[in-house]
Amino acid sequence: MFKLVQQIARAGICTEPPPEVDGLEPITSEIHAEILAILGQALAIRQVDAGSCNGCELEIHALNNPYYNLEGLGIKFVASPRHADMLLVTGPVTRNMELALRRTYDATPAPKLVVAIGDCGCTGGIFGEGYASRGRVANVIPVDVAVPGCPPPPLQIMRGILAAVRRRHGPPAAAR
Amino acid sequence: MRVEQLNLAAAALATPLPIRRAEVDAGRWVSLAAELAAAEGRLVSLWGSIDGGARISAAYALSDGLLWVDLALGAATSYPDIATHFPAAARMQRATADLLGLRAQGAGDSRPWLDHGVWSEQQPLRRAPAQPVDGSAGEHSDYAFVQVEGDGVHEIPVGPVHAGIIEPGHFRFSIVGEKVLRLEERLGYVHKGIERRFTELAPLDAHRLAGRVSGDSTVAFAWAYCMALESALGIEVPARASWLRALMLERERVANHLGDLGAIGNDAALAFGQAQFSRLREDWQRESMSVFGHRLMMDAIVPGGTARDVDAAALVRLHASCDRVESQVRTLRTIYDEHAGLQDRLIGTGRVTPELARRLGLTGLAGRSSGQAGDLRCDHAWPPYDGLRVTRAASNQGDVAARVAVRFDEAHESLRLIRALAGALPAGAVRVDPAPPTGNACGAGWVEGWRGEVFVALELHAGAIARCHCHDPSWQNWPLLEHAVIGNIVPDFPLINKSFNLSYSGQDL
Repeated sequence: MFKLVQQIARAGICTEPPPEVDGLEPITSEIHAEILAILGQALAIRQVDAGSCNGCELEIHALNNPYYNLEGLGIKFVASPRHADMLLVTGPVTRNMELALRRTYDATPAPKLVVAIGDCGCTGGIFGEGYASRGRVANVIPVDVAVPGCPPPPLQIMRGILAAVRRRHGPPAAAR
Repeated sequence: MRVEQLNLAAAALATPLPIRRAEVDAGRWVSLAAELAAAEGRLVSLWGSIDGGARISAAYALSDGLLWVDLALGAATSYPDIATHFPAAARMQRATADLLGLRAQGAGDSRPWLDHGVWSEQQPLRRAPAQPVDGSAGEHSDYAFVQVEGDGVHEIPVGPVHAGIIEPGHFRFSIVGEKVLRLEERLGYVHKGIERRFTELAPLDAHRLAGRVSGDSTVAFAWAYCMALESALGIEVPARASWLRALMLERERVANHLGDLGAIGNDAALAFGQAQFSRLREDWQRESMSVFGHRLMMDAIVPGGTARDVDAAALVRLHASCDRVESQVRTLRTIYDEHAGLQDRLIGTGRVTPELARRLGLTGLAGRSSGQAGDLRCDHAWPPYDGLRVTRAASNQGDVAARVAVRFDEAHESLRLIRALAGALPAGAVRVDPAPPTGNACGAGWVEGWRGEVFVALELHAGAIARCHCHDPSWQNWPLLEHAVIGNIVPDFPLINKSFNLSYSGQDL
C-alpha cells in the first residue's frame, strides 16, 4: 500500500487544460458549467464501433487517461445507449453492424447527439463503400459533428464532442 | 519436423524469414495436415482464391520455416476438411465458404461465419467489385447457437454492441447461477471487405490498407505486407530501414502491453493501474508522434523502407525514454505482484492448460503464457533480430496472471531491444524507391506482432493485386477464449477477455 501511495505522489497530477473549441478559451470550470447549463447533468456518451480497425478506439480510450481526464470535465462513457446523451460512432458502417447501429440510435433518448469519429466515419475512409460496407456514418444515422483523422488524436475527438454540444444548443451566454 | 523431410517440390520465396511454396493434390493435402499435426507443426493460416480455377491454400509453421501449400480445385467447389487435424482451421474454412463458395468436405461445422445474410453480394471474392447497393441488402440470417440444456441453465446474450469502448462481436453465455457452462462466440460484425478492397488498390499504396487491418497492430501488418511485396518484386531493403522497422515493431509491442496491463488492472477493480499505465502509454504515443509522425506509427513503414529517417537527437530521446519507462514499469510490477486483492483475481482465472493450447493451436503472447514457446524473433531471427538474441517470455500457468507476467517480461525485453537498436542503427538510406510492378509475382510476409504471428500472402497479376490475404493470430486464439472461461464466473469474463485482448477487426477483415 505504501508503494502504491508513493507512486501516486511521484507521478503527480499531469492533467492538461482542455482544447479551445470554436475559438473559445478552454477553461475547465467553464466547460463544466456549460455542459451543466445545456444538459443539466454530466454528458453521457455511448461509444459504438460500427466497423473500425480499432485505431479510433485506442484514441478514444486515451481520453480517459490522466492527461485528458475527460471525466474531470463532466463527460463520461456509459454502458448503455439508454443512459446516453451522445453516440460516438467509429468506422465505416459495415452492413453486418448497420442494424445494431440503428437500434442503438433508436434506444438513445434526446438530445441524441451523434459524433462520427475518424476518416472512415466521415467518408468511409480507405475502406469506402462496398458489398460489406455502407461507408460513412451519415449514410445510416444523422450526424451532428464529424471528426476527421486516421485516427484523430484525443484532443481533436474532445473538440468534436464539445462542438457537438455547443452547436446543437448554441454557444454559452457569455460568448453570444 | 522440417520442410525438407516432407518430400515436396517446394520453391523458396525471397523473404527474410524462410518461406517455401509447394503444390499438392487432394490426397497430399490431407496426409500433410495429418503428418504435421502429429509432428507439432502449426497451422498459421488457411485461405482460398480464384486464379483461373479455384484454389485453396494453407500456411504451416515448421521448425525450419513456413510452408505455403496450394491445392488447385479447378471448377470444383469443395476440398477435404483439415479441421480434424487442426481445429483452428474450422472458422477459416467457414470464412472461405462465405467469401468464395469453396466448402470443406466433411467439416463438422458448416454454419456461415462472416456472412450474416446482409451483404449486397454473395461470395464476394469470386467476382470483380460492383457498384455497391444502397440501403439495407436483406435480413440478418438466424444463427444456430449450440443450446445447453439442463436444470437451471439459462443464456445471456451479449453484443454485438458491448458495454465498453471495444469492438463489436456477439457472445452467448450458457450459465448456471453465475458459473459459465459454455461460451459461444459469433464474430464477423466488422467485416468490411478488406480482402476485396486490396484488389482495387495499387500494390505500392496498399500498405496503408494493410496497416488498417487491425489498428493496434498497424506496424506488424504494414511490415508483413511490405515484406510480401518486396519479396515478390525482389527488392532489397536498406539495413537502416530494417532496423527502424524492428524498432517500431518493438515500440508497438510496448505500447500495447502498457495499455493492456493498465486495462487488466482496471477490470480487476484496481483503477490505480489504469491511471498509471495509461499515463505511460500516452507519453509513449506522444513520442511516437514526434519521432515517427504518428501516434500509432501508421503509414510509417512503406514499400522499400520507412517513410522517414530518425536523427541522432531523436535516438538519444528514444533511449532515454526506455530508461524512464523501465524504472516505472518495474515499480508498478512490484505493486501488482504484492497486491493481494489483485492477485486473487488474476491467479487461476481463465486458465488454458499447455496441453489444450497445443492441441487447439493457441499462438502468440497467449500461447507463450500456456507453454507454447513459438516466437518468430527467436525461431527464425531475421535481420535485425539475428544479432539481438531475443529472450522469449514463457509460462506454463496459462491463467490471467501468466498473461500479465508474460506481458511484463516482454515489455522489458522490448525496451532492451529498442535501446540496442537505437544505439547501433546502421548508417545509410532508409528507403529504396520501388518501380510499380508490371508482371506476375507472388510474395509472403511473416512478422511477430505484439499479439502473435502476422502473415500476409500476396499474388500480383499483370502488376495489380490479384489476391492479398492477411492473417491475424486472433483467428487461432478466439476459440481458446471459449475454453478459458468454462467454469469461471460471468463477472470474470471481461478480465479474461482483456487478458487475451484479441482483435475483432483483424479476424473479421
